[in-house]
Amino acid sequence: MELNNIEKIIEKYLEADTSIAEEKELRSYFSSENVAPHLEQYKYLFQYFTIAKNETSSKSVPLKPRKNHFKWLTVAASLVLAIGFYTFSEVKTNNQEEEALQAYYQTKEALQLLSSNFNTGTEKMLYLNKFDNTKNRIFKTNH
Amino acid sequence: MTQTAFLNLVLPFKDKMYRLAKRLLVSNEEAEDATQEILLKLWTNKTKIAGYNNTEAFAMTMTKNYCFDRLKSKQAQNLRIVHNNYKDESTALQKQIEQKDSLDWIDKLMQQLPKQQQMVMQLRDIEQYEFADIAKVLDMKETAIRVSLSRARKTIREQLIKKHNYGIK
Repeated sequence: MELNNIEKIIEKYLEADTSIAEEKELRSYFSSENVAPHLEQYKYLFQYFTIAKNETSSKSVPLKPRKNHFKWLTVAASLVLAIGFYTFSEVKTNNQEEEALQAYYQTKEALQLLSSNFNTGTEKMLYLNKFDNTKNRIFKTNH
Repeated sequence: MTQTAFLNLVLPFKDKMYRLAKRLLVSNEEAEDATQEILLKLWTNKTKIAGYNNTEAFAMTMTKNYCFDRLKSKQAQNLRIVHNNYKDESTALQKQIEQKDSLDWIDKLMQQLPKQQQMVMQLRDIEQYEFADIAKVLDMKETAIRVSLSRARKTIREQLIKKHNYGIK
């Protein structure tokens, strides 16, 4: 590449009149080893451009997966919630039934105890009857 | 549109978006977040993609606008302060002395340019876009782009010569 030519292109380059092809020429010239000493400062500039172009983003593009996960998470959460609710309420009703049955038996027992005590009371009352009879007999004879 | 079709469409210019975002936002992480954000936006509106004339130019414009929004937001202003603090003056000096690290130096020179010149230079000198495409992305006239680009290139060259002759002249 003729040095003259390069200098001309650089002039145009500074006026922003160069085409992409001419700029590529400049790039290839400055990436070569034998750059004219008075143009040394441009070497870094074009080196910088090529290096800057190779920089890449390391982060991946998160598209559907993240959304999908979220959707499935909601489904799973609602499932867990539903199952949990169901079993819990089931356990609760079972417990209630048992408690009610126990209470029933307890009251039944208590009532039985009460009634048997009552019965012993009535047995004793039979004596009262006898007393009444004899009293009646005595009063009748006196009349 | 399937996911693979979308990725095939988007992947060729994904890194260009990242580099433009990095040019404007400086921080790697911010730039990556910006890229991701815009790709997600494109994906959620994938039904409209067929309607765009030039998806790449559209995506680049989105990137530009998103970055400006980020720069305007309060959060980003905090970030920038942190970032400036983070760049230790002593290491910067050392690198200047080392001369070899001219590439870092150019990066810093570019950061000092106005945002518009930075973008034009990024798109033309690094991504090698045609002027017509830059006009689409930045919504500017081609003549204005040329002026802006010429100014940017000249400023960079002057700074480089100054730096090159530092201590000699």
